[in-house]
Amino acid sequence: MILGRVVGTVVATRKDERLVGAKLLVVRTIDPYGKDEANHLVAVDTVDAGLNDRVLVVSGSSARMAQGLKDTPVDAAIVGVVDELEIEKR
Amino acid sequence: MMLARVIGTVVASRKDAALGGSALLLVQPLATDGTPSGKPIVAVDAIGSGVGEQVFYVKGREAALPFLPAEVPTDAAIVGIVDHWNVG
Repeated sequence: MILGRVVGTVVATRKDERLVGAKLLVVRTIDPYGKDEANHLVAVDTVDAGLNDRVLVVSGSSARMAQGLKDTPVDAAIVGVVDELEIEKR
Repeated sequence: MMLARVIGTVVASRKDAALGGSALLLVQPLATDGTPSGKPIVAVDAIGSGVGEQVFYVKGREAALPFLPAEVPTDAAIVGIVDHWNVG
């Protein structure tokens, strides 16, 4: 899983019918030390994350294992909101 | 599977129910000479490893398999603690 920060929302009226009701968020990847990276991605939120939350994003076919995403066409899902991150000093 | 070192822990109280109970660890992938290789990622611990240990982890859809029959939404899982390795 990768770490990211929620930086925005996506609204799409016309979309795959299995995505109706899904909350789509724009996530910017961050490194574990908190620094923003250049990559952005769209992920389906399954844990009610909010703007600026640090989140855990699961990618690839594993994203379909998240709650409520069975058989949906997704390759990125937010499955956790990070409270705390402890890391060895570099 | 990839060699890595566990470099930290992640605490998330709001998360997918199937992730409950498993430790979330930050792992730094390693090259065969033991130096860091690429960016750290978050992996679910399937064997009880800890910070500072050298491990190997499995990526992709198969990362959910250690936790069957639970369907854990993860794309990385630690499946072994490395005692030592040799590259000829």
